[in-house]
Amino acid sequence: MKQYFKNTFDALYTVLVGMRITFKHLFVPSVTIQYPEVKPQMPERARNRLFVNMDDCIGCDQCSRACPVNCITIETVKATPDDSPGETSQGKKKALWVTKFDIDIAKCCFCSLCVYPCPTECINMTKVYEFSEFERDNLIYNFATLTMDEVTDKQKKFEEFTAQKEAEKLAAAKAKAEKAKQDAAKKDDKPESKPE
Amino acid sequence: MYDFLVNLVGNNIVAFFIAAALPLFLFILPYALLAVLAERKVSAHMQDRLGPMRTGYHGILQTVADILKLIQKEDLRASSTDKSLFNFAPYLVFMGSFAAFAVLPFSSFFIGSSIDVGLFYFLAISSLVVAGILMGGWSSNNKYSLLGAMRSVSQIISYEIPTAVVVLTMVMITGSLNLHTISDQQTAFFWNWNILGGTLPGIAKFLLIPLMLGAFIIIFISTLAEVNRTPFDIPEAESELVAGFFTEYSGMRFAMFFLAEYANMLAVSFLITILFFGGYHSPLGYLGNTLGVEWLVPIEQFFWFASKGLIFVLIQMWLRWTLPRLRVDQLMTVCWKYLIPYSIAILLLVGLVTLI
Repeated sequence: MKQYFKNTFDALYTVLVGMRITFKHLFVPSVTIQYPEVKPQMPERARNRLFVNMDDCIGCDQCSRACPVNCITIETVKATPDDSPGETSQGKKKALWVTKFDIDIAKCCFCSLCVYPCPTECINMTKVYEFSEFERDNLIYNFATLTMDEVTDKQKKFEEFTAQKEAEKLAAAKAKAEKAKQDAAKKDDKPESKPE
Repeated sequence: MYDFLVNLVGNNIVAFFIAAALPLFLFILPYALLAVLAERKVSAHMQDRLGPMRTGYHGILQTVADILKLIQKEDLRASSTDKSLFNFAPYLVFMGSFAAFAVLPFSSFFIGSSIDVGLFYFLAISSLVVAGILMGGWSSNNKYSLLGAMRSVSQIISYEIPTAVVVLTMVMITGSLNLHTISDQQTAFFWNWNILGGTLPGIAKFLLIPLMLGAFIIIFISTLAEVNRTPFDIPEAESELVAGFFTEYSGMRFAMFFLAEYANMLAVSFLITILFFGGYHSPLGYLGNTLGVEWLVPIEQFFWFASKGLIFVLIQMWLRWTLPRLRVDQLMTVCWKYLIPYSIAILLLVGLVTLI
């Protein structure tokens, strides 16, 4: 019988305790935020969208090789001496035209492994995380700054340059051969003139 | 109100329809819309959330949008349901919960029907909901629906006993089944309310106060169980039975069950208000009487009636977001082992006190 009244009292009392707690929470500021208007603070080392600063890229292909999912594609053309791609911000001379620098962000696993090997620190993770697209193709980001015409131009130049070099080389070889021949002829001549 | 309308439109039948439809369209439907919103906002803030924020200022139009969505939805019906019962069940539930409002005195001027068996009618007509719920659950031909409906029926029928006993206690004190008369007995100031012993003379009034407090708690708990609200929401226990008896319903039929639930909450809150908290009477006298503006009094009465009822609705919501759901056996224990013995004890003690 005593237990019975105790149960009754406990039931009413604990309900009131619970009600007090919920009533207190009625006036606690909410922990949720209104997302598109208010954005959550990202951690300092958050890894989100990749960005490549093409001014600094020397086309060394190290990020592409580091990538575990092969989402980075890089194509380069050697620069000709008369048409240099310039220097990086740290004063390193670029030797390659980067004709293609594609990152398929749909494949990217945000591991940040491409960031560490970069010698010029031109590829890095930004804090942008809203980049959904309706078309999957739009998720392939083209970072290369050259236009198609420029790319063909550079390729042509390089080909011309190599062809020229080849020609020069050939010419040099020919000249060398000629000279050797002449020298040999002279040598041949010498004994003839020796008796004089 | 009815006589006033007869004078206004000059036709008995038209006046009758207007009188019947007025509380529904002017008060209960807007209330249901607001109550659903309030429930969501209250629950959100109790859980440190914000709740609906997009539709209108702080989500004010959320329920309007929800209703518009539900109206547009296809009226789906599974092929193996019992068609006629399935279609009729929501109407029955809706009807049962809204018909209860007919006898409630919203103010001294506006009473749907001031019949002498008002309390009896109220208890009887709100039991119609049970039939509707069982109908819906059975005809859905779904195990969850049927389980929910059976739980609901056992629960409502069990909890009607303490409700009825407490109502009987109140009838013993007031000597009337007419809700209008019961309200009018508690007129003037708040110390005349039944929760504070009513208008009984001398020491009896003070003896009655703890008993009335107990009776109030009992009827509050049992009516809460009757309208299937948490912590007594095992008929629609969403973590066990999908949605209970209205699992198979969609669109407007679902909305009808939903509206009926909220209307029921309000109806039982009004019943508690009338029985214990002076009905439509102001706790502090009327501004209209003081200023000599006669027409202001019914408006004030309506204000007091509505605010008292809505406070109880808010307490019901508050409880819902505080307490976890009871198990079926706990539910029956609360009713049969605790509420009924206490209510019968109170009935006997009140009988003794009224003899003094």
